[in-house]
Amino acid sequence: MADEHQYCTFFLDGHYFGIDVLKVQEIIRFQQMTRVPLAPPVVRGLINLRGQIVMGIDLRRRLGLKDRPADLLPVNVVVQTDDGAVSLLVDEIGDVVEVSEKHFEPPPQTLRASARELVRGAYKLPERLLLILDTDRAVEMDNGRGRDK
Amino acid sequence: MNEIVREFLLETHENLAQLDLDLVTLEKEPTERETLARVFRTLHTVKGTAGFLGLPKLQTVSHAAENLLSRLRAGELAFQGDIASTLLTVVDAVRAMLASIEATENEGSVEYGELIQSLERLTRENAGPVGVKPAAPPRAEPPPPSVRSGPQEQQTAAMAALPSAAGQSLSLEPADGAEPRAAAVSDSSIRVDVGLLNKLMNLVGELVLARNQIMQCSAAQGDDGFFGPVQRLNQLTTELQAGVMKTRMQPIGNIWAKFPRLVRDISVACNKKVRLEMEGKETELDRSIIESIRDPLTHLVRNAIDHGIETPADREARGKLPEGRLSLRAFHEGGKVIIEISDDGCGIDPVRVRDKAIAVKLITPEQAARMSDREIINLIFMPGFSTAERVSNFSGRGVGMDVVRTNIEKVGGSVDVDSRLGEGTTVKMKIPLTLAIIPALTVTSDGDRYAIPQVSLLELVRLEGEQGQHGIEDIHGAPVYRLRGSLLPIVYLKEQLQLDHSTGANSGLNIVVLQADERQFGLVVDEIHDTEEIVVKPLQKQLKGIGLFAGATIMGDGKVALILDVLGLAQRAHVVSEVRERSTPSKTGTSGIIVGDRQTVLVCAARDGSRIGIPLSLVARLEEFPSSSLERVGSNHVVQYRDEILPLIDVARALRQCDRAAAGSHGADRDDAGEINDLSSVQVVVYAVPNGHVGLVVREIVDVVEEAIVTRARARRAGVLYTAVIQGRVTEFIDIEKIVRTVDPELFEYPTPA
Repeated sequence: MADEHQYCTFFLDGHYFGIDVLKVQEIIRFQQMTRVPLAPPVVRGLINLRGQIVMGIDLRRRLGLKDRPADLLPVNVVVQTDDGAVSLLVDEIGDVVEVSEKHFEPPPQTLRASARELVRGAYKLPERLLLILDTDRAVEMDNGRGRDK
Repeated sequence: MNEIVREFLLETHENLAQLDLDLVTLEKEPTERETLARVFRTLHTVKGTAGFLGLPKLQTVSHAAENLLSRLRAGELAFQGDIASTLLTVVDAVRAMLASIEATENEGSVEYGELIQSLERLTRENAGPVGVKPAAPPRAEPPPPSVRSGPQEQQTAAMAALPSAAGQSLSLEPADGAEPRAAAVSDSSIRVDVGLLNKLMNLVGELVLARNQIMQCSAAQGDDGFFGPVQRLNQLTTELQAGVMKTRMQPIGNIWAKFPRLVRDISVACNKKVRLEMEGKETELDRSIIESIRDPLTHLVRNAIDHGIETPADREARGKLPEGRLSLRAFHEGGKVIIEISDDGCGIDPVRVRDKAIAVKLITPEQAARMSDREIINLIFMPGFSTAERVSNFSGRGVGMDVVRTNIEKVGGSVDVDSRLGEGTTVKMKIPLTLAIIPALTVTSDGDRYAIPQVSLLELVRLEGEQGQHGIEDIHGAPVYRLRGSLLPIVYLKEQLQLDHSTGANSGLNIVVLQADERQFGLVVDEIHDTEEIVVKPLQKQLKGIGLFAGATIMGDGKVALILDVLGLAQRAHVVSEVRERSTPSKTGTSGIIVGDRQTVLVCAARDGSRIGIPLSLVARLEEFPSSSLERVGSNHVVQYRDEILPLIDVARALRQCDRAAAGSHGADRDDAGEINDLSSVQVVVYAVPNGHVGLVVREIVDVVEEAIVTRARARRAGVLYTAVIQGRVTEFIDIEKIVRTVDPELFEYPTPA
């Protein structure tokens, strides 16, 4: 494992999150979505990504945060998973940052239980904490965890 | 692996399939010189290339086979006895070595000494059988003038190394007669990687979508200069789509090619004689579909020989030709490909199937009593079923037929079996041509569009104004619509999708009449748009669990629309029963009664006042006839109804008859004769029987109820299946088939298929 890691960062309800940059396929602005009736609430809908149908997962709902205000349009962070591309809906996109392993720590206890499962750990950056999201877990929701709001 | 080896493997694999075919042909027609020559050439090529690539085992085996073949070709030996089997073993050995080369780049550790010895023994065996023509003494023959090139020189060298007596007779004629032909074939066709074809198919799918979008833009703008090119684009896209689809199409003959060999092997192993007939080899199917029906087909062919066709002695005893017939037929019908596998064997004995099904508790004896023979025979598709008295190498392990059905259903097909005891069995598969691009109807519900595959679509009904308000009769939560007199269960899409109900009830109602699993229902949607070709895209696995969507597609405006899974929808709305259940006989049987499950029941009052229940699914129509239209035929009433003569059965009276028959008395029931028409009109429940319809006369139709049926008591009288409490009142579920049979047994005879 290399010492340095690159993360694509974004904001969710004031929290600062990061995803391994190699997992991110692309970032696109808000798109109209087709809702999927009867799907878990975290699934906000389907988008057409150049002919590919991609499921949009609301990370706020997934992490048990409060819903985004109606006037704030989310941004799509498209990530590659075993089951094809999935779009993670976030509030705002940040920079790609390069952080050193030595600042890494397991998830802080202060995190809510629903979020703690999805967070691999935190980097202590000078100005704030960067929480690293486990993308594979974030998109899986077969055991009902995705249903908690 | 280097390129040359790869080429060699590819080519040889193809040749081996042909070799199998040819050898089986030769076994039947030993004098087919052309076929023999082809076999010879193929093995010769294998040998030559093997020598060139340094594969000594392969070379030795093919060389020994070639020696034998060369004597055959020269007419010094007759193609008979063990020769076919031995040569087929050679094919298998070559195949095994190729597989090993492919996996490990060497020929593997298996030794083929025995095979080579038996080849040599066959080669040495003197030309006795051919006898008539004195065979030229092979040893005396001088080596032919050598004008041959590379591989053949090698072959002579290799031959010299082998102590084979007949070696020299090899080259009586140039072995390369067909070379120009082969070249022509390879010039006009190329091999393409399947991955590339799939990619092309995806791209064409995108192009179709882009075309749809541009068409919409063009229509919106109304620019004439733009219109022409758009039309052209449209046309080209359609042609391109058809062309690319075609590249993925493969003739079904590709998977049939191995059947002659398979049939031969199995019939030899079972000591049976089987003639294989194939019709419609050129029928084309999408590659992915072909792949998925390969195993089911193989299984059915095995079954037919192992269980279906009898041994020659048995066949003769039954007055049949000793040689059994197995026929494979493929053809297009109604946008689907039909594949039939039929044999003229012993057929399936419904009694044995029934006993077995009861023994393994697939059905209860009561259920069995109500099932037709055809339904019973179709039980063989149930998991864990096998009637074979013995398990053979080839079939009879009881895991087959349900897998066959599962595989066929996976690609959207269906399978059905028909059998006559002693005469044979026919299995019929219906397979869709392709899965990728399908025509679909678009509808809107609560602002979102949904696509409905056209295959499930029957008709569209629009109810305007007044009709929209009252056309749908809502009885205890089970809405129905009277479509030309028959009751159509109604399902509201919004309700099923848990969308907002409030926005509806405007000017009219749109009903899409759909068919799921032989059952019809009406789906109420907000708006109906037109049909278009859609590209089916799979849903992510997280969304598959919902069960209402078959996939998604991209519409002309670039937005995503979900494709409704009509069967899933029907199941969710309880129009048809649960997915795996639907195959169980109790649901498809003539009784149609599912105990313990929610279902919709028509409750009527019989003329003697008793309440009877009939599953709504069995009811074809509800009718009311004026008494004056009733006519008498013998002791029964009939009425002329939709070009049919509809026999009328008074349920109350028939039940009494059943009772009496059960009690052993056969006295005629005269007391109430004629009472059927003492009112001004009669209420009739029309029920479909194999030969048409019968009308069950009741006093009144009470209600349609959707309820979980719980048996409260066993039947108290004959003709009643069981008694349940519905809406707080005791209701008898009648055994319609029994009642009808009591009155007129012939109504339940199945018409003989032509």
